Amino acid sequence: MKPDTIIKIDNVSFRFDGPLVLDHVSLNIAKGEFLGIVGPNGGGKSTLLKLVLGLLEPESGAISVLGKSPRRGRSAIGYVPQYAAFERSFPITVQDAVLLGLMGKSRRIFGYANADYQSVRNALKETEIGDLKDRLLNTLSGGQLQRMLIARALVSKPEILILDEPTSNIDSRVEEDIFDLLKRLNERSTILVVSHDIGFISEYVTRVACLNRTLVCHETSAISGKTIEELYGSPVHMIQHSH
Amino acid sequence: MSFLEAIISQTFLQHALLAGVLAGIGCGVMGTYVVVKRINFLAGGIAHSVLAGMGIAYFLGGSPVMGAIVSALTAALIIGWIKLRWREGEDTIIAAVWSVGMAIGIIFIAKTPGYSVDLMSYLFGNILMISSGELYVMLILDAILMVVVAVFYKQFLIVCFDEEFARLRGVNVELFYLVLLCLVALTVVLLIQVVGLILVIALLTLPAAIAARYQKSLKNIMMLAMVLGIFFSCAGIVVSYEPDLPAGATIILIAGISYIIASISSRAFMRRKPAKS
Repeated sequence: MKPDTIIKIDNVSFRFDGPLVLDHVSLNIAKGEFLGIVGPNGGGKSTLLKLVLGLLEPESGAISVLGKSPRRGRSAIGYVPQYAAFERSFPITVQDAVLLGLMGKSRRIFGYANADYQSVRNALKETEIGDLKDRLLNTLSGGQLQRMLIARALVSKPEILILDEPTSNIDSRVEEDIFDLLKRLNERSTILVVSHDIGFISEYVTRVACLNRTLVCHETSAISGKTIEELYGSPVHMIQHSH
Repeated sequence: MSFLEAIISQTFLQHALLAGVLAGIGCGVMGTYVVVKRINFLAGGIAHSVLAGMGIAYFLGGSPVMGAIVSALTAALIIGWIKLRWREGEDTIIAAVWSVGMAIGIIFIAKTPGYSVDLMSYLFGNILMISSGELYVMLILDAILMVVVAVFYKQFLIVCFDEEFARLRGVNVELFYLVLLCLVALTVVLLIQVVGLILVIALLTLPAAIAARYQKSLKNIMMLAMVLGIFFSCAGIVVSYEPDLPAGATIILIAGISYIIASISSRAFMRRKPAKS
């Protein structure tokens, strides 16, 4: 293992009840990478993230996060889910929801320390929703909610940031804003992002992993129509862009 | 004799009001969790199954309150464990615990020799008969609730809000979920003293449901729900005294009418305060 490998996925297979969802997948992610995972629906992208987060256990093979098991290493991960797993109507303000991202970091039993509030202010500022801190979640737009989820993942200053389709529910202008934000965050965190939009993310990421039960990795410059065709099984419209 | 004269001279009325205050505190705190976590049906299952414990305690000559505590905790753990183990079977198991618990209670009460117990007071409560021993039990239950909720406030909040995220932040979701259900069980026992096991759900959830319409955070909903719970209980006792109405039912009617009024007026309240964009 190279010294700067931060996530190591070694020969991992997984199935729910039925055929293999992941078939002997191996992937090493180095510190500082901005890795995009693309692939068709049902190709196992979200499943792979859940394995890295220790929410699922592999059938065979091993995963380590910072040299530890996913369950032990995941405190260093900030996670942004594809769908908010909570009720939008839950009575909680943006600030209070982001404060929960410090769970396990803040040692205070009652309330939060000033430093905790400062961390939240920074995370909200970074995601450009500082002025929404006292708003209830059900008053936010889709893009604002997405930024709140990112702020919640950022507030614990994670070494690794994992995002599952962070822009699937928002329009393309906001999508660009969010990827610009991720690019800035990549200066201090390793980023792993799942997306279905290969043409778009290859502009931002340093490496692309194509996942459809098995996994193929490419440097971004090497992505061609042929790889995409192999992956999706049919030609995909692709926009040419320079790096 | 008017209520004001009576309250000074009659200990049973003083006890009743004190019980109302103690019940209001419990329902404010735990009712809030029941409402935001949407476990009304689950709380209903626990409440009704409590008849098993009361019936067995009565048959064995023990204290019905202790029987209620044991059976409420048992029901909470059975339902919680099965929900965590097999996610989909939840409402079936709640329904089973609900009616099997009542069936056990009815059989034991029927088979108890001698003078037949007043089943109505178990089902609908009898706040005017509350003893000082039962008041102490209520006080202890309230103290347990307040301490556990204060210490683990953040853990309960994150488990209610977003279980998956809680797990990723290193919170033992299963443990805190079961503890939460046990606290709901203790609250049910607390409230049964006042309104009986059939009417419990209304007193548990209506104050918190009203408060949730006006407050933004869990903590503030709890505070307001506590005030409302105390108010409904005491108002019910006062209103029911002179016309000699059943106190438990009067409390629930006042809570229900208040809920309807709050539902209508909170819309106007929210309209006047449009969200800033």
